[in-house]
Amino acid sequence: MTPRDKHGDGRAATVDQLLAAKEIAICCGSGGVGKTTTAAAAAAMAAVRHGSKVLVVTVDPARRLAQALGLEGIGNDEHQVPAEAFQQAGVTPRGELWAAMLDTKQSWDQLVLRHAPDEDTAHRILGNPLYQNISSRFVQSHDYIAMERLYEIHSEGSYDLIVVDTPPTRNAIDFLEAPARMGDFFSSRLLRWLIAPYRSRLVNLASRPFYQVADRILGSQFLEDIAEFFILFQTMYDGFVERARAVSRLLHDRRTTFVVVSTLEASPLHEAEFFIDALDERRLHLGAVVLNRVLPEYLLDEEATRTAERIESRAAELAAYLDLSAERSQVERVLTEVSASFLNFQVVAQREAEQRAELAVSPEVVATVPFFETDICDLGGLLRLGEAIWS
Amino acid sequence: MTALLDRKLLFVSGKGGVGKTTIAAALALLAAERGQKTLVCEIDAKGDIASSYECDQTGYQPRQVQPGLWAMSMNTEESLREYLNIQLRVPMVGRIGPVARAFDFVATAAPGVKEILTVGKLAYEVRERHYDLIVVDASATGHIVGQLAAPQAINSLVQVGRVRQQTGWMLDILSDPDVTGLCLVATPEEMPVVETVELAERISKETTVDLAAVVVNRVLPELFTRAEEEIFETLCDPEVAENLGEAASGDAGPLLAAARLAVTLRRTRAGHLQRLRDGIDHSVPLIYVPYLFTRAHGQRALRQVTAALAAELGI
Repeated sequence: MTPRDKHGDGRAATVDQLLAAKEIAICCGSGGVGKTTTAAAAAAMAAVRHGSKVLVVTVDPARRLAQALGLEGIGNDEHQVPAEAFQQAGVTPRGELWAAMLDTKQSWDQLVLRHAPDEDTAHRILGNPLYQNISSRFVQSHDYIAMERLYEIHSEGSYDLIVVDTPPTRNAIDFLEAPARMGDFFSSRLLRWLIAPYRSRLVNLASRPFYQVADRILGSQFLEDIAEFFILFQTMYDGFVERARAVSRLLHDRRTTFVVVSTLEASPLHEAEFFIDALDERRLHLGAVVLNRVLPEYLLDEEATRTAERIESRAAELAAYLDLSAERSQVERVLTEVSASFLNFQVVAQREAEQRAELAVSPEVVATVPFFETDICDLGGLLRLGEAIWS
Repeated sequence: MTALLDRKLLFVSGKGGVGKTTIAAALALLAAERGQKTLVCEIDAKGDIASSYECDQTGYQPRQVQPGLWAMSMNTEESLREYLNIQLRVPMVGRIGPVARAFDFVATAAPGVKEILTVGKLAYEVRERHYDLIVVDASATGHIVGQLAAPQAINSLVQVGRVRQQTGWMLDILSDPDVTGLCLVATPEEMPVVETVELAERISKETTVDLAAVVVNRVLPELFTRAEEEIFETLCDPEVAENLGEAASGDAGPLLAAARLAVTLRRTRAGHLQRLRDGIDHSVPLIYVPYLFTRAHGQRALRQVTAALAAELGI
């Protein structure tokens, strides 16, 4: 058991304590490290143990995980994970677990409908081919919309805890910048300069060198499409900028914490470190680091290494000694394989241990999750993982 | 079908964390060692290519990093500048300044523009025959379709103008399976397999690029045959395990537990591997790269992957 107040200053010492004290937990890390599963597991644990009403907002869960949570085919709306899923896992939750998938396109449409000055403008925006592009393809739009949605749900106030699984970004840092960048995007002087000629319709485009070049490359129709889109979009400017600022404030709020997820492989860990620094620079709260798929500690046992080496070199002799009711050469091969495989995995475990030692940060909580032999595809599996990070 | 490395332009993509950059770096190294003049181009300038070869940071201007091997990273602003210079003879000496910033804006808002400058530069290098092979460490699964379908996207957005005129020859290069191929990298795990199968479908529906191969990275070795597995089960019997431990003057427990872990992992992954094989068109070869039990990284690890790839490709 971890003491209630390990740090002696009221800071959390476990994921359990961290999540009990926060309203928003944002899971981040590079792709493929088990971010989605970790977010879902933490949320499920909080629902079961804290008796809270918990929402997990996920981006793209594995199909079988989505099925297990009853999430398949649902859109942007929040759904409660059915009681049967908990029954199957043999657990009676004290709280409620809700889940929502993030549908970028649908979220953008809702945003436009909310911020547009009137219905006509809203529909002109929704119908613009550039809008279709921006909402589904604009790289930062995923990042922004995730934060925007978080803000909206949080301000409705119906959950005790919201756990967010962040979208896979090229750089983990992108979504932190997203609200600010979106604000810049709409308040930029450059944007106004770009669309001004179209707005006034008084200036001869050809007189400006930029348009001369742009026109030759892209054609004037395309430029006009762009301008119209921006003019329409600018009608939502105030709403957007204000909202982007509010989202940014929420990220800095003391009720919000960040959970960095990684494996002990070099490249994800490098990204995790980079991200931890970025949080620090922005004065955002790093609550915990979760290290996933860590090989079992017995692989580092030096005694076991020597045993493996002995068995490997004396396999024939040992096979004879054991005298099993099987072909002796086969027994010998099994013994060789067992020890060779141990030594193989040990190399990886040592590499991981070195990587871990290099992780030169001191978050309040570091949780380690063992390498599960099978995939996590039901609530029982999620809770098993959750137990590993909990205390 | 044209063999993987005999094409001129090879895009390498995959879900984050599966070793996409390593495979791209290894394929390029292999081609260079075969005597092909090779360029490797990193799209998301994160510097991973440079750490694979343990060389200085790569830039837009290709630099030789190994005999016969050049490396560069994509930069759309530089690409635009080069394009304006070559195609339109618009002199763009020094910084383009506000034009570049305005461009950046338009390009961000109208996806397809940045992508076309990326794909355009690569296709240009192919057309000019500057290299025998260009290996692209392309975007991850989420963005690769947008990149490869950029010419079509531009065609639907831009009705006239010079850019529109440029898409024709790019499409010719991208659509020719003798010239261009896509190589997807996956690991035998649930999400990478699901994403790879879905991506393969989208590639064939939304782009004209040929799926040349799927590289399955980090495949665990099969530990036992069926008969050997029975013997292993016998060894795990507490009494036998204790006997073994005594005879080897140690504890066999951790060894047997580790072997159990290896067997279970391999079995779970075999299922995913099968789903991958079933989900990908049978004409597309699967290339297996074993899991590397090594402490090495950088160049040394890259050499091992390259050797494994060479063996698989029969080179």
